[in-house]
Amino acid sequence: MGSGSSANPTNYKYSLQKSENVQTLPDETHPAFKAAVLIQQWYRRYVARLEMRRRCTWRIFQSIEYACEQDQIKLHNFFSYLMDHFTPSSSKERDFISRMFISGESFKEAELEKYCDYESMEVPDSYTGPRLSFPLLPDHATALLEAFKQKQQLHARYVLNLLHETRKHLKQLPNISHVSTCYSEEVTVCGDLHGQLDDLFFIFYKNGLPSPSKSYVFNGDFVDRGKQSLEILIVLFTFLLIYPKEVHLNRGNHEDHMVNLRYGFAKEVMQKYKVHGKKILKMIQNVFCWLPLATLIDQKVLIIHGGISDTTDLDMLQKIQRNKFISVLRGKKRKESNKDVEIQEINGESKVEAESSESESDLSLSPQPRPAPSITNRLEFSKWLRQTVQEQIEWCRQLVDSESEPEEPTYSSVVSLTELDTQCWTHQEEWKQILDILWSDPMPQEGCRVNTVRGGGCYFGPDVTDKILEKYNLQFLIRSHECKHEGYEFCHNRKVLTIFSASNYYEIGSNRGAYVKLGPDLVPHFVQYQASKTAHTLTMTQRISRVEESAFRALREKLFAHTSALISAFKAYDKDNTGKISLSSWAMAVESVLHLGLPWRMLRPQLVRSTVDGMLEYKSWLDDLAMEQRSQEHIQSSLLEVIYRNRSNLETIFRIIDRDHSGLISFEEFRQTWKLFSTHMNIELTDDGIDDLVRSIDFNKDGNIDFNEFLEAFRLVKQSQ
Amino acid sequence: MFLFADGAVAEIEKKIIEAFEVFDHECNKTVDVREIGSIVRSLGCFPTEAELHELLAKVEEEEPTGYINLEKFLPVMTKVLLDRSYQPIPEDVLLHAFEALDENKCGYITKEELVKYLTEEGEPFTQEEMEDMLSTALDPETNTVRYRDYISMMIVDET
Repeated sequence: MGSGSSANPTNYKYSLQKSENVQTLPDETHPAFKAAVLIQQWYRRYVARLEMRRRCTWRIFQSIEYACEQDQIKLHNFFSYLMDHFTPSSSKERDFISRMFISGESFKEAELEKYCDYESMEVPDSYTGPRLSFPLLPDHATALLEAFKQKQQLHARYVLNLLHETRKHLKQLPNISHVSTCYSEEVTVCGDLHGQLDDLFFIFYKNGLPSPSKSYVFNGDFVDRGKQSLEILIVLFTFLLIYPKEVHLNRGNHEDHMVNLRYGFAKEVMQKYKVHGKKILKMIQNVFCWLPLATLIDQKVLIIHGGISDTTDLDMLQKIQRNKFISVLRGKKRKESNKDVEIQEINGESKVEAESSESESDLSLSPQPRPAPSITNRLEFSKWLRQTVQEQIEWCRQLVDSESEPEEPTYSSVVSLTELDTQCWTHQEEWKQILDILWSDPMPQEGCRVNTVRGGGCYFGPDVTDKILEKYNLQFLIRSHECKHEGYEFCHNRKVLTIFSASNYYEIGSNRGAYVKLGPDLVPHFVQYQASKTAHTLTMTQRISRVEESAFRALREKLFAHTSALISAFKAYDKDNTGKISLSSWAMAVESVLHLGLPWRMLRPQLVRSTVDGMLEYKSWLDDLAMEQRSQEHIQSSLLEVIYRNRSNLETIFRIIDRDHSGLISFEEFRQTWKLFSTHMNIELTDDGIDDLVRSIDFNKDGNIDFNEFLEAFRLVKQSQ
Repeated sequence: MFLFADGAVAEIEKKIIEAFEVFDHECNKTVDVREIGSIVRSLGCFPTEAELHELLAKVEEEEPTGYINLEKFLPVMTKVLLDRSYQPIPEDVLLHAFEALDENKCGYITKEELVKYLTEEGEPFTQEEMEDMLSTALDPETNTVRYRDYISMMIVDET
């Protein structure tokens, strides 16, 4: 059998002359040779095409995923904008606004214990799942693993108990965990798991369970997207408590309740625990903010979830109060913020309203606000704020009775001095440190720039990596945060390792997962896997086709969501109004509308099936796209577009408004929030349009919106449900 | 002698650049030399390995760096596409090729025979390439490759 090296022309029994077209070789000359060359020639071309298709598919998934994250950031900016600029003038208004986005309210510790009390919860005799008692023992862990394999559910009482104990434990840990390879032979580092319990099972199966001789570091993003996020948390927390010296958890950008509202974890918990889900979510929110931020192995290898920036300061990271940052995403410039002042909520624990690293020019809504007066005169300032706001959201006030005297805005600006020893860092600086650690991505070019794709953190270059390694005498970085086809990838001259442990992340067959083991020599050893039986039985072609199909479905949906804009763009290339444009124009028009940076000419054969003389009849192409998306007849197509385009945002808005997680919100709440939102996002939707939208959602006409129904009806829920 | 409108050449160039950029990981208009084969082939060409080496010689730097620059690649590849070099292999030619290896003309080739031919003759397959092809082509029950069926299946996949 041949060896693994590539073909060497000089080994031929009969060499091909230069530029010889094999097909024209006379048959007498060694027919087997000629036949073999033809078959190999043809096959290699086939494989190359597959490879191109695979890469294009990957690009599609990535660009859509990141575009979605951008959307999320816009949504958060929107809510932050509201917080900054909307001064409620009556208690009713204040209530409404605070209900909308103090969903992240934090409880004082005593309140938390009381609200999430579990001791009074009774576990019925009929419950056959695992029963936990504390302190936990290895037997509890194996019982849990077995139970989850059998698809059992842990009783809410034990979940809450576990969360309480986990929180107690995490509170004692420093921001940066230290691991040493001299105690256990090896350390195993795992990346993103994203609710894919099968992958965790596989890792434990292949690598062994955590134990005094087997250390693990889990590098964040345990939850969201996958369907078993809660089970993963339970398993990880259990092992954390049983083997506190050997199990280390880092916080990821998805260990954040604002992100969980959008990406599925909040939904999963509410679905699995209909009665106690809220409490569980509340506890988890408070556990997440206590997760350590980084891990150091032998003082030589730094493990963080996202990456670093040129301002990353490990000394600062060691010292800040990490639990202040309940959600890392919320943060916009607060006009009244003061260096030494900690902005507190009425309700409870310190809540940070940090300044964002982005400039204020992001908040561009017409008309432009007048220049603010000095902030030292609070009354003057409030008045100014109110006036400014009045111009922009007058109609919001019509909702409530508003003849009362202007009140001091109290919901978010009760100020008090910090109770701790004065640190010399501002909240903005501290917040940026954490944001960078959790959200940054490496880039090939030198330098450090804002990560506009994700909307948070930075892109950091090899020079930034080198500086950090030198400054802290490190050998290399391990991070996760990005899906890699092989489950892991080196960059920056092997100084940055990305490890990603969720296999088949985009679709079955899309990628492998991996984990890395480090011994005292700190040389990485990788184990890759694909935890799906189906993936193994598929041939390469089938795997790629399947993932490709999935990607193109998502892409076609995106195209459909921009129908109006596409028509305008196409028309611009069709000056003579023939109804046709060239394929070249098609590619340019599509990119100008979607901004996904995809190789459209490569993708065209999958997207455009029929052409007439090499020209595309764009109207009928768009009609075909529309037909694929099953839609409600009575909804105008432009409205449908808006829904499709913003469906994740819609869902997130819903969940934020629906604070009691009941699945119902009122017309009014939805209408005005949506109106604000669409103005902020520059979506054109008339008042009638909004009314249509609202009515289309309320199927039983009871004045309440059951948004689960809504999402189902419009196939906005992903198929994998 | 064909005369190509400027528009056609520009469009071809755009296609080439797109394909190139898919493999340009560092976003600096270079690709690893080992990916050139994939790029050329995904643009519709069927070069042999020998032809590929020839092409590489034209686009490599004087001191080979392991990377190919778009600057050098673009004009060469444009000419390739305009000249329609490296023509596709039609289905019937492919069929004849398999038949040539089927000594007894029984409609199939055994696994051992196919492996021998493709890893020892022509421009030999690597072990990986051989295994990949077998994973789709081989009928595990008879351990043979029924090439007519295989070709039909692959041609469908292509379109």
